[in-house]
Amino acid sequence: MGINYVLKRLAIMVPIFFLVVTLVFFMIRFAPGGPFSSEKTVSAAILKNLEAKYHMDEPLLSQYVRYWKDLFRGDLGPSFKHANRTVNEIIAEALPISLELGLLALTWAVLIGVSAGGLAALKPNTVYDYVPMAFSILGICLPTFVVGPVLVLVFGLWLQWLPVAGWETWQDRVLPSLTLGFAYAAYISRLTRGGLIEIRGQEFIRTARAKGLSESEIVIKHSLRGGLLPVVSYLGPALAGIITGALVTETIFNIPGLGRFFIESAVNRDYTVVMGTSLLYFTLIFICNFLVDIIYAILDPRVKYE
Amino acid sequence: MNNSLWTDALYRLKKNKLALLGASFLVLELLIFFLIPLIVRLGYEAQDLELTFAAPSLAHWFGTDSLGRDLFSRVIFGGRVSLTVGLLASLVSAIVGVIYGSLSGFLGGKIDNLMMRIVDILYALPFIFLVIILMVYFGRNFILLFVALGLTQWLTMARIVRGQVLSLRHKEFVEAANSLGLKQRDIVLKHLIPNTLGPVIVYLTLTVPSVILEEAFLSYLGLGIQAPLASWGTLIKEGVDVMDLAPWTLFFPAFFLSATLFSLNFLGDGLRDALDPKGARD
Repeated sequence: MGINYVLKRLAIMVPIFFLVVTLVFFMIRFAPGGPFSSEKTVSAAILKNLEAKYHMDEPLLSQYVRYWKDLFRGDLGPSFKHANRTVNEIIAEALPISLELGLLALTWAVLIGVSAGGLAALKPNTVYDYVPMAFSILGICLPTFVVGPVLVLVFGLWLQWLPVAGWETWQDRVLPSLTLGFAYAAYISRLTRGGLIEIRGQEFIRTARAKGLSESEIVIKHSLRGGLLPVVSYLGPALAGIITGALVTETIFNIPGLGRFFIESAVNRDYTVVMGTSLLYFTLIFICNFLVDIIYAILDPRVKYE
Repeated sequence: MNNSLWTDALYRLKKNKLALLGASFLVLELLIFFLIPLIVRLGYEAQDLELTFAAPSLAHWFGTDSLGRDLFSRVIFGGRVSLTVGLLASLVSAIVGVIYGSLSGFLGGKIDNLMMRIVDILYALPFIFLVIILMVYFGRNFILLFVALGLTQWLTMARIVRGQVLSLRHKEFVEAANSLGLKQRDIVLKHLIPNTLGPVIVYLTLTVPSVILEEAFLSYLGLGIQAPLASWGTLIKEGVDVMDLAPWTLFFPAFFLSATLFSLNFLGDGLRDALDPKGARD
């Protein structure tokens, strides 16, 4: 993999970014209603001042140009609804929370997925295979907004082991991250099982066995690297899915992350916050896919990117 | 069209138990959902405030909700909405994908290259965010919902069809059609597209559950189907709000949604294996 590939990937980011900014900007501006339309008691004069303050009295095109200029300076503008707060401040507060949730979910997904899939692959067609695989079917078919509430009901309300909302202590983190990671753990366990079973039939594994290596050495040194390739290539879509899944998870568990601000600002027509959070989401998903492709190329020497 | 391909495929599909289970569940579900309302008047909106949160019983098989509405009727009604949105949106995605993909593959060369670069770029967009913004700002209407959801799903279909058309383009039967002087348009419509039918059906079957899931996701967030209409997503949301009081209001819609997704996925996988036995399984 050369520097050319990296540059090419970054170059494709430019039109995407331009497209997203333009699309979202005009979509929300052309829609009926505005950030101040719900405040009925506001007099015409105050409304005019408000609009002047946020440059809403200017022609749309010059607002668009202004947005780009601010964006280049890294300024996402003031929030229309949260008085005295900028979008940068809101993101600085919400992003770490969402990142933590996402990374915890990913950790669960890989940890549970790889160990369950590994177990199933070591003893295929036994109870160690059937039980995890049955669970994985459940995990794939049950959407986040079913898994989450059921976990809340069982562990939060009936057994009262864990808190059901908030984001203060470590206990608060358990249910949301499990909820978000569950589906991906299920998928990863199937990929791991498939990958490992396929690798077992390969000749270099037979050679390793003929050399007299122990079964655990074979698995750790030889099978896992090749067998986990499908898992690695799945991490890109998984990360993107976790980022979108966090929208629902944050709603269910009342977590003050990015997703909640995105939905809330979309509903409230808080233009700058919608723009800022969507741009951040697009960038995050792009970076995730990019990183995964690079990791893939490092793990699999056969992959050559032009 | 080659008959033995479809006979073989059917034979292989019949041996796949999970796919058969999925197919039978879907047939049964469709029959119940679309026939029962013809026979019995379902009071999915009828409220009975004397009888809120009634547990499942003979009178109300799935119990009642916070307004005393019969959950059985609501699950059926919501299911019809969910399935309709799923089917219509998948159809939209198939139409766009097939047209785009077959054009790209057939025209080839620079145009093909450009069209596929555009698909690559669009792939990087997480469409669900755009759909959310679209739904919030342009009203939550039914037509917009399934068109928007369909437009998020056509990219893979376009890639599949393009690949098929590319490989078919230089086959003898296309050359024969060319040398017989058939119009280019007729070659695409009558020879190329019908031969891509297998993969299109497979992918269509797999698109339906992802659209149903997306719709449920939007409705759960309160951005999809609006009252008095209901879909499984809105029913699950209602169920979640009162699940400690009346767990059945969560259980029944969640069960039907999950079972439907399960069935469609396994039927789609089964069809893929049946139509293309050499094809990759994950």
